[in-house]
Amino acid sequence: MSGWATARRVGWAGVVLGGLAFFVAVPPLLVRTPVVPVVLGLAGAAAGAWALRAGERRIGWYGVAAGLAGLAGGIAATQSGEGNLERVVVWSALLAAMLRYATPLLFAALGGLFSERSGVINIGLEGMMLMGAFFGVWGADVTGTWVLGLVIGALAGGLLALVHAVFSVSLRADQIVSGTAINFLALGLTGYLVVDIYGEQGTPDNVSEVPDVTIPVLEDIPFVGDVLGQMNLLIWLGLLTALLTWVVVFRTPPGLRLRSAGENPLAAETAGVSPARVRYLAVTVSGMLAAVGGAYLSIGFVHSFTQNMTAGKGFIALAVLICGRWRPGAALAFALLFGFSTALAQRLPVFSPSAATLFQTLPYVITLIAVAGVIGRSIPPAALGRPLQK
Amino acid sequence: MSAPDAGAPITVAGRLSGYLRAGGVITPLLTVVLAFLIGGLVVLITGHDPVATYRAIFEGTGLQWFFPWISAADRDVAALNLQQTLILTTPLVLTGLAVAFAFRCGLFNIGGQGQYFVGAYVAAWLGSSLDGLAALPHVVVTIALCCLAGALWGGIAGVLKAATGAHEVITTIMLNWIAIWAGQWLFGQGGPLQNDTQKSVPVSSDVLPSARLPVFWGDPELQGLHVGLFIALAMLVVFWVLLNRTRVGFEVRAVGFNPEAARAAGISVGRNYVFVMAVCGLFAGMAGALDVLGWQFRVATNDINVSTIGFIGIAVALLGRNTAVGTLFAALLFGALLTGTSVRNLDPEVFEPELALNLTYVIQGVIVLFVSVDVLVVWLWRLRRRGRPAQEAPA
Repeated sequence: MSGWATARRVGWAGVVLGGLAFFVAVPPLLVRTPVVPVVLGLAGAAAGAWALRAGERRIGWYGVAAGLAGLAGGIAATQSGEGNLERVVVWSALLAAMLRYATPLLFAALGGLFSERSGVINIGLEGMMLMGAFFGVWGADVTGTWVLGLVIGALAGGLLALVHAVFSVSLRADQIVSGTAINFLALGLTGYLVVDIYGEQGTPDNVSEVPDVTIPVLEDIPFVGDVLGQMNLLIWLGLLTALLTWVVVFRTPPGLRLRSAGENPLAAETAGVSPARVRYLAVTVSGMLAAVGGAYLSIGFVHSFTQNMTAGKGFIALAVLICGRWRPGAALAFALLFGFSTALAQRLPVFSPSAATLFQTLPYVITLIAVAGVIGRSIPPAALGRPLQK
Repeated sequence: MSAPDAGAPITVAGRLSGYLRAGGVITPLLTVVLAFLIGGLVVLITGHDPVATYRAIFEGTGLQWFFPWISAADRDVAALNLQQTLILTTPLVLTGLAVAFAFRCGLFNIGGQGQYFVGAYVAAWLGSSLDGLAALPHVVVTIALCCLAGALWGGIAGVLKAATGAHEVITTIMLNWIAIWAGQWLFGQGGPLQNDTQKSVPVSSDVLPSARLPVFWGDPELQGLHVGLFIALAMLVVFWVLLNRTRVGFEVRAVGFNPEAARAAGISVGRNYVFVMAVCGLFAGMAGALDVLGWQFRVATNDINVSTIGFIGIAVALLGRNTAVGTLFAALLFGALLTGTSVRNLDPEVFEPELALNLTYVIQGVIVLFVSVDVLVVWLWRLRRRGRPAQEAPA
């Protein structure tokens, strides 16, 4: 490990090479021989392996994984027809879709970050998203404006989170069981209310929706404009929230108190912080953020509410949080990765319509692999899941 | 004074054993009563009549069959309903065991639903294909392979936990969704296991007569009660013996109480995780097999979307305090609740079945919530028995 070639840099180089292995085989470069992706992918994996040997475990594994994934993807791409590739890999559309799919995950993962940094495991993110999704539509329908819909959705998620807080902080419940209960409650309540209020027809079509933002200058730049020129307001808000979360949690006194409650509540208390109050606040904020992610699904993305529409996104968000090592920037990166895999899964049916349904499993398979690959090397807050001693 | 709970048992198994000692049979009963009260509150707030609703649900369960005073005609109707209740109790016992066994090892298996599906898929496939086999071998081979498939599916989460520490809650949820979409693909239009006769209907081929389980109570043409119930009851015994009377079960419980201490005592924690998750998958896979071979006889993609048998297993296990007897009674309760709220049995004039299904989720959520906070229910019970020493309460 001398000079510029630190293990860390070599590992990152492996990641880049893995990405390149896939990139060269698809439009616009469209290399048709499998040799190039094979060479690049193997080089990436080798770089990762070297970094691993040199002791850089996390980045090293990223390099190995990216190299092998790029190798497989690159070979698959060179074996398929150019026409199909041109239709599947439209980068601007893929990246725009990636941002759309990543946003609900990002909100929920940032919510989870607040809760778990304070020491409370939040398995209930899924249910809190569902609350936001239903009450977002309902609020927008009743009040006639999406702004209030969003507020009502967030409050509903916050309220459910408060239940989780009461049970896990004050009553010292098992946090995972309590979170599971939260999910059942939300599933039942939202399913009950949507049938009771809207009946067979489902939520109305003319509900006020979160608007897209068109940015004049950006819109006219050829490639960037296609991706970022016209995005939903909540996508921008999500990116902003990631930044704000980083500032609040890692650069302000309240953030330090939050982290101290999750790392060492006893020390926090000695310093005059009330870990119980911090945890209450953090869990409630977590529910509100997850609910905004859910509301994005219903009034920003698909424009209706259907029963259990979150379909495991709360758990994927949890995986995003864990893979992102409870840090906002890394969580954003993983949310984008999972968003990209979903976006790709939506376009793959071009290759095989009969297997179209099977591609739907892709985000879940990738979550499984990511959680298994990264979790042992991802260290949670020290007091996570431990109730406070009365 | 707040401090991390260093000395107290933080594993689920540790807490639940305290719960077991402290509450007896009364806490689950209290939990159920509270859950139904809160469910009734939801019904009341949304402008329906909770008493009429619960009465209508109860009448659909067939549990009146046990009342000695009802008329012969009523008893015949009740018998039909009770058969449906017991048909649903059968898989719930098994998915309940799938969760309970994991809990006893300190694992939380939310993957019962996926493991149940995998068993059901294999049952639909082998039950409809192994042509020409005699009835007994066909049934035995099919059920055995369904159990194997479930065990493999559940084992994935165990291997991941043992090898990398990946939390089983996340991995089993992901495996559930993979199983759901795989089923949509297998039995959907153009899928490899879609029926050969009607290419436009997303459903598997019908299970051959040789693979169908015999009906011992009621009319086989009208969904009578199949012998799967006895298999499920036998599994309760297997569960109890395995856990309480074998060396393996001792290791499982030791890991559940305190993995660190178990490791120090020379028990391989990782191997136990894999073994336990595989056994859980076996139970849940068997539930799927019994449902398909016993009364469904096919798997339709619509059924995959609405099936909740595996998830209800979580509430069954928690309410039954992860014991064999408790699981049986909790499965009976939820089997009755599902039957009583089904489209077939609940009068829509009184309460819409779509609402009732979601009411079941709410009741289930409240039950799980209260079990998570065993301390609270125990404490409520304690209020009536002042003066008992406090150290009996679980920490």
